[in-house]
Amino acid sequence: MFANLSRNDWLLFLGFSLVVLISPWTLTPFGAGYPALLQKFCIFGIFALGFNILFGLTGYLSFGHAAFLGVGSYAAVWSFKLFTMNVVPSVIFGIAAAGLFAVVIGFISLRRSGIYFSILTLAFAQMSYNLAYSVLTPITNGETGLQLTLNDPRIIDNAFAAPGAGLPQTNLFGIDMSGYPGFYFCAGALIICFFLTMRIFRSPFGMMLRAIKSNQNRMRYTGFNTKPYLLTAFVISGMYAGLAGSLMAATDPLAGAERMQWTASGEVVLMTILGGVGTLVGPVLGAGVIKYFENIFSSFNEGTLHATFAFLPDGLETVAVKLAGLFVGDGWHLTLGVIFMLIVIFLPGGIMEGIARLAKLAGVKRKSSRAELSAGSAQPAE
Amino acid sequence: MDAIIIQILNGLDKGAAYALIALGLTLVFGTLGVVNFAHGALFMLGAFCAVSFNALLTWPIQPPKAEGQLFAPKAIPFMEHQFGELGAAIVNWSVPLSILIAIPVMLAIGLIMERGLIRHFYKRPHADQILVTFGMAIVVQEIVKKIFGANPIPQSAPDIFNGTANIAAWLGMTDAFIVYPWWRLIYFVFAAAVIGAVFAFLNFTTYGMVVRAGMRDRETVGLLGIDIEKRFTVVFGIAAVVAGLAGVMYTPILPPDYHIGMDFLVLSFVVVVVGGMGSLSGAVLAGFLLGILQSFASMNEVKSIFPGIDQIIIYLIAVIILLTMPRGLMGRAGVMED
Repeated sequence: MFANLSRNDWLLFLGFSLVVLISPWTLTPFGAGYPALLQKFCIFGIFALGFNILFGLTGYLSFGHAAFLGVGSYAAVWSFKLFTMNVVPSVIFGIAAAGLFAVVIGFISLRRSGIYFSILTLAFAQMSYNLAYSVLTPITNGETGLQLTLNDPRIIDNAFAAPGAGLPQTNLFGIDMSGYPGFYFCAGALIICFFLTMRIFRSPFGMMLRAIKSNQNRMRYTGFNTKPYLLTAFVISGMYAGLAGSLMAATDPLAGAERMQWTASGEVVLMTILGGVGTLVGPVLGAGVIKYFENIFSSFNEGTLHATFAFLPDGLETVAVKLAGLFVGDGWHLTLGVIFMLIVIFLPGGIMEGIARLAKLAGVKRKSSRAELSAGSAQPAE
Repeated sequence: MDAIIIQILNGLDKGAAYALIALGLTLVFGTLGVVNFAHGALFMLGAFCAVSFNALLTWPIQPPKAEGQLFAPKAIPFMEHQFGELGAAIVNWSVPLSILIAIPVMLAIGLIMERGLIRHFYKRPHADQILVTFGMAIVVQEIVKKIFGANPIPQSAPDIFNGTANIAAWLGMTDAFIVYPWWRLIYFVFAAAVIGAVFAFLNFTTYGMVVRAGMRDRETVGLLGIDIEKRFTVVFGIAAVVAGLAGVMYTPILPPDYHIGMDFLVLSFVVVVVGGMGSLSGAVLAGFLLGILQSFASMNEVKSIFPGIDQIIIYLIAVIILLTMPRGLMGRAGVMED
């Protein structure tokens, strides 16, 4: 199982795990050292890792990945409602449901490639979103979102103990999944996912996916049936999204249809591109950066801006506050759009390419990372 | 019978909007080979041309407080203040009149967009084009949100078009009762005229002929000594104007807000793909077809058989068409083929 990993891979993996595990301490000086945000980093990191397996390796740009996230969330919350507040079954249910859903959608969508594939996935995701809002209300609870209630059956829990007063907490065999335990649960999932992704990247299967990206026709001429490989990649990627969705539900047990909207699918595309398509660490980095700045920028207001620019003379200060005010608070999406455009225009390889360029400038020889980048430069499947 | 006619009519205005946006998308794709996710933003900008034109015309002027009056008198719109009756009439007609503003504005926006950004993405993969235009759509949308706020801004059609047309009487059906709002009818006629104008431009002018030749084989046209790139830029401008006009005239039907563009864009992409990538007539046909199908799907009779069908009909049709007719309804061979 561990055959294909080189010493560098192991170092990368250990380094990654270490960085994730000590992040509550290292990120505190940056104002990000609290569990709710750290959980988000991990969850969206997993989502982006999974998306990258599909888009980064095969070049198939799915615009409907949020559907799997939503399905994972709903499945997880139903597991809380019907069986037990333990998160392990809910995560399993989430992954399984998203995986099954991905098999169906992937089987149909993968009959086409290029922009047709993007539109097909988008169409399926929008259908699920619209249905979750309207007809499927008995399952999804429509606009209100699926929530825990006091009279849920919760068969397994209630068989062992009488239900207490108030809504129960999600837990992992008795450990409450709020605060830092919740974060470490998500962090564990992220590290496992990272390891699996690394294995996929280094495996013959990953090589096959890359070959599909660079020239699918040639693959077919040499006698490979590319469809099963693509479908496997699609389902794996859908299961990652399902895991991310169920973790969302595990840390905060409710699920709403807006998680499936196409803007949510767009967000994971942004994360992956920002970090670096086809790289191992890039998507996690992109997810972290976007969620971090979303949090920081949204919390800025006029007062904090005035404090920031207090060193300027009065007239200049007003101008600076006005200008900066466009980009913070509600204007966070504007900042996101601008950053995103700049990245696509000037740095198509994302942050990872930026780091590689800087390293090159500094004269550091980092063959391994450059080789990885050249293998992962963005190219669509056509 | 009358129920069917009503549903067809209901689908026409939405279908017309889809057709206009899809037409622009296809033009851009056919000429420049660029998948433009910012096209919905152009539709939205057009709608806000109408909004800002109206806001300018009705800029409140505070009349001076007369002697002995307790309260300041009510502010009156700028146009009425300056031109009296005529001014009031102009304000009333502000939506159709803002077309005059929207054409140069949208043309300028289109040309700037093409020269400033899209030009650099001709040779980049489609995924990059999608992503950069998607980013731009977010930026434009957020700027509009900053300026005009997040709430929809209702616009009214001229008073004369406020009533409904009695379609049944026109068709000579005495026992049926079919009425249809005038403005929607006008929107449909307007859209048909714009579509006709675009087709006439492409089919009956030398300029359009060269553009069509360029769509077929860009390199050869270039070799003949024609600056095809310049013409394609103009085509992009035209596509922007078409989307903008669709937005201007749609404001009385649906009050515009900052994400109206995105809402229409997703559907319009589906329309383009159903019609067939690169086929102009396919885009128009699919636009009307999907608009009408959507209106049929929202009939109560249909909904009682297939609950929720009205929510998904367009996507469902797209999936079926894409799987059975790989090139869409009228797609040309060799465009975005696998």
